[in-house]
Amino acid sequence: MNYEFGFYVFMLAAFLGFELIRKVSPLLHTPLMSLTNAIASISVVGAILIAGEKDASTLSRVLGFVAVVSATTNLVSGYLITDRMLKMFKKREPAKK
Amino acid sequence: MNFGVYQALYIVSAGCFILALKWMSAPATSRRGVISGEVGMLLAVVATLLRHEVVDYTWIAAGLIIGSAIGVPLAMLMPMTHVPQRTAISQACGALASALIGTAEYYRLKPHGFTMGALSLEMLLGFLTTTASLMAFGKLHEVLPSRPITFKGQNVVNLGILGIAAVLGGVLVVHPEDSLLFPIFVLLALLFGVLMIIPIGGADMPTVIALLNSYAGLSACAMGFALDNKLLIIAGALDGSSGFILSIIMCRAMNRSFTNVLFGGFGQLQTSAAGQEARPVRSATAEEAAGILSDARTVVIIPGYGMAVAQAQHKIRELHDLLTKRGVDVRFAIHPVAGRMPGHMNVLLAEADVPYDKLIEMEDINSEMALTDVTLIVGANDIVNPAAQNDPNSPIAGMPILDAYKSRTVMVIKRGMSPGFAGIDNELYYMDKTLMLFGDAKTFVASMVKEIGANHD
Repeated sequence: MNYEFGFYVFMLAAFLGFELIRKVSPLLHTPLMSLTNAIASISVVGAILIAGEKDASTLSRVLGFVAVVSATTNLVSGYLITDRMLKMFKKREPAKK
Repeated sequence: MNFGVYQALYIVSAGCFILALKWMSAPATSRRGVISGEVGMLLAVVATLLRHEVVDYTWIAAGLIIGSAIGVPLAMLMPMTHVPQRTAISQACGALASALIGTAEYYRLKPHGFTMGALSLEMLLGFLTTTASLMAFGKLHEVLPSRPITFKGQNVVNLGILGIAAVLGGVLVVHPEDSLLFPIFVLLALLFGVLMIIPIGGADMPTVIALLNSYAGLSACAMGFALDNKLLIIAGALDGSSGFILSIIMCRAMNRSFTNVLFGGFGQLQTSAAGQEARPVRSATAEEAAGILSDARTVVIIPGYGMAVAQAQHKIRELHDLLTKRGVDVRFAIHPVAGRMPGHMNVLLAEADVPYDKLIEMEDINSEMALTDVTLIVGANDIVNPAAQNDPNSPIAGMPILDAYKSRTVMVIKRGMSPGFAGIDNELYYMDKTLMLFGDAKTFVASMVKEIGANHD
């Protein structure tokens, strides 16, 4: 049964997520949220499958197309801004002379 | 079970996402984390394009190009103070994608049983997160009033709508052919998203944004179950748990429960407190404040949302540089819920080139507050209000605060004497050692910088 397997995967991934996120320094909580927000755009996979399907109905095509657009917007802006933010985090000696 | 190239790429992609979160734990490795996340996403997209089910590439290509054309300016042109809004709008996009995929799958297959259950959940979470994130965007961008709006029986209405939507989703699982119910289900989910955000005030946004992040992830996760795609389940679960744990951290930092944040309508009840007679406070000019700061040995700066509003972070960095050069030990105390999203202050100060080892968390700096000569509070209020510790009847009772009142001198930059988000008066302002610095944060700090630069060198 495939669903059962799916639940195991879900459970392990959720616990792993908790353990990983707990270790993230509060300093980086905003970039972290941007990053996980970008990772949630994994729904682009489903969008591509719908939009690229053979002999799809018009409804399917349109929904798939809009889904690809919005998932890509989420994906691109999510990763870019995360990187933009992290570039700003610098450690340096105070008062360089 | 056949195993081809794309399955292998999906597995590598899942690994990349896990490493991305792992490397995110420290600033030194965090950019590697982003790259890992990007590689993971690239692999997932390429692998999906390679699947034999995908035959028509025109719409996909158009979608990817248009999406990038919107996404790039959204990320590169947004000022850093608008990061919370951008996150909200981006979340709305992701959730919308997820909801629309669910809709397309429903009309395509009208599946029964487990798959339809997963689709219902995907669409419910997807649609409600879409409108909720748009509402959050409106409140953060101040297109909508950021004060909570409440009405009688609000919680009953909201929960009723969610309940009916959930029941309809359940009916659709049993009778997926009943396509009349479907649009009603969608509308109710969209409506609930709007109603859910209406009673939530600006200062509760960190919790809500994190929670919506979690919903978007869970929606992708449900899609993974519906499409039997483990990569979606893993990525969705990582996002779901991340959003969830962040919202728990935010709730703890306010000593409030989830239910209180979501259904409390916090911050609109205590307006009566504003009607009290004016109590005397001590105020100081920029010159006096500059003098006190340059004579101090240790200074702690506490930023709040007001700093973001006034865009004062760059001037504050100049102040930090000047004082540091004079041998004053300047550090920043960061409260977990300062600002409008988790970690908001850190990003703004990092943008202004404040080294991140100067940004100290609440637990670490509170023990040193008593040894601090001057605390400078910029646009923060509730997070330094001693009522949280002294007054068990205060709406913020029990909320962990930065112990600014323990330092030898407290200086507060504030526009006027209006109460903070929670609508409660702040005892701190009336203490003998407190100096109120009235004015716009940016202008005031700028004049202090000028003063120190000119007279105290």
